[in-house]
Amino acid sequence: MISFNDVSKRYPNGHEALKHVNFHLEKGEMAFLTGHSGAGKSTLLRLIALIERNSGGQIIVHGQHLGKMPDARIPYLRRLIGVTFQEHRLLFDRTIFDNVALPLVIAGFRHQEIRRRVRAALDKVGLLEKEKSYPITLSGGQQQRVGIARAVVHKPPILLADEPTGNLDPVLATEIMGLFTQFNQVGVTVLIASHALSLIKSLGYRTLILEQGSLIGDTYPTPL
Amino acid sequence: MKRPAATRPQSAPRPTPAPRPKKPLTQSHAWLAHHLYVLLASLGQFLRSPVSNLMTAAVIGIALALPTSLYLVLENTQHIGQSWGGTAQISLFLKANIDDAKAQQLADKLQQRGDMQHIRVISRQEALQEYRNLSGFGEALNVLQENPLPAVIVLQPVANITPSNTPKLIEEFKQFPEVELAQFDMRWLQRLFAMMSVVERGVWILAGLLALAVLLIIGNTIRLAIYNRREEIEIHKLFGATDAFIRRPFLYSGLWYGFMGSILAWLLVYAAFWMLREPIQQLSLLYHSEFELVTLDIPASLVLLFSGMGLGLLGAWLAVGKHLRVIQPK
Ligand SMILES: Nc1ncnc2c1ncn2[C@@H]1O[C@H](COP(=O)(O)OP(=O)(O)OP(=O)(O)O)[C@@H](O)[C@H]1O
Ligand SMILES: [Mg+2]
Repeated sequence: MISFNDVSKRYPNGHEALKHVNFHLEKGEMAFLTGHSGAGKSTLLRLIALIERNSGGQIIVHGQHLGKMPDARIPYLRRLIGVTFQEHRLLFDRTIFDNVALPLVIAGFRHQEIRRRVRAALDKVGLLEKEKSYPITLSGGQQQRVGIARAVVHKPPILLADEPTGNLDPVLATEIMGLFTQFNQVGVTVLIASHALSLIKSLGYRTLILEQGSLIGDTYPTPL
Repeated sequence: MKRPAATRPQSAPRPTPAPRPKKPLTQSHAWLAHHLYVLLASLGQFLRSPVSNLMTAAVIGIALALPTSLYLVLENTQHIGQSWGGTAQISLFLKANIDDAKAQQLADKLQQRGDMQHIRVISRQEALQEYRNLSGFGEALNVLQENPLPAVIVLQPVANITPSNTPKLIEEFKQFPEVELAQFDMRWLQRLFAMMSVVERGVWILAGLLALAVLLIIGNTIRLAIYNRREEIEIHKLFGATDAFIRRPFLYSGLWYGFMGSILAWLLVYAAFWMLREPIQQLSLLYHSEFELVTLDIPASLVLLFSGMGLGLLGAWLAVGKHLRVIQPK
């Protein structure tokens, strides 16, 4: 589903954020991406959604070579990918409902379908009663969950999460990770960038470890 | 416009565990509904800050009202020219030694030319009578032994006056041995027509400049709107919005600015001409003329409306094309 083949990323200022990264994520697989701050985790996720273009190597997502993808096709790639952001990035002048509905509106779904799906997604993250509220009235953890609902509402085959538990207490963090494993169980390919090492360990999934832009570890859980 | 479903890459089979539902057959309804939604939403956005938006619309309205009212002034002038042009006359003042009989002979000769719709001979006696009545110098004339006034032939050419061929006609009449003086009564009309074609060109130039101003105003307004909604645009792009999708609300708001501007321009012009109506009516009474003021009729109003909306759309299009590309999600 996601293949990195000798991928490098050099930012315009000359900084090499990723160096010769190789890995392959199967369809329906779930993995964590970890490493110190500034290791290049967010950069790697951005390359998958073509928010940035890689400067070297080859990336294949959902069977498509990103290097050859013209700009006009990028929107359709992004509709296959649900993303959550380190800084949530909700629209503060819109209700929770409208925030979550955004990917569906963009994809041109019908009104009733949008209602049904948004409420289902909000129900899943436990925020159905907040649908008419504005993001400003929500706690950091609640905003994070709205971001997750928005990422999954259009049922994308790929889910990328950047630091989804950054603002959460351990109990809530475990709960959120539980949500991701649920999505994974219905076949979604999930890649989560996270610092929460002990939590990652306890969940027992494949873990990619970045350091200074290089992939220094790719560990699979030891079968019990 | 391409429908998203038609171009979605299908190179790999969909994952079976999380199948994306087939797009409903009523997709085009949804597409239309979306357009309608965006149209109304952009109106909503317009009404949300009515003062600043109305001010923008007012500037556009004034810019549109200027060439519109000049156009109307021109139309009215042309109207006056035409209604007076129909009565254009050429007066042939005959030499003093031409008596009434010879004058009548000349008139008959002119009649045979066939290009005069009306010929009237004012005999020397009649001329004197007329002069007496009109000038108030009747008593003074009584002192004179002899009638000092020549006979006059008043001609009205068939065609409506065309400023180009009357001078030729005048020249021709001047060659007649009986004619002392040939005079086109409406020489000022010629000048008026000449002046009007200058003014007309001026109106076009002004209209062009003001259209440019409208484009700049709308372009700048839309540019500000784009940067105010930068975060929103980025997030839309992150979730797969096409450029067309993002462009749409801005184009519609450009359309709304143009629409509101046109309406305001129409009202301004209407008000201005309404205020002018009474004095003009009095003026036309003085001239015994049944002059009817030309105002904005339905075709002209529609031209105004569509020009405004077209300029709004174009201004928005230019701004969007220039500034939307710069905004890429991070
Ligand atoms: N737009 C950019 N231009 C230049 N350098 C950048 C840019 N974005 C990130 N970097 C640099 O690339 C490196 C990797 O950044 P990245 O955001 O991927 O790290 P990260 O692993 O996500 O860190 P964190 O855990 O703090 O989120 C950092 O050194 C950062 O300074
Ligand atoms: Mg990061």
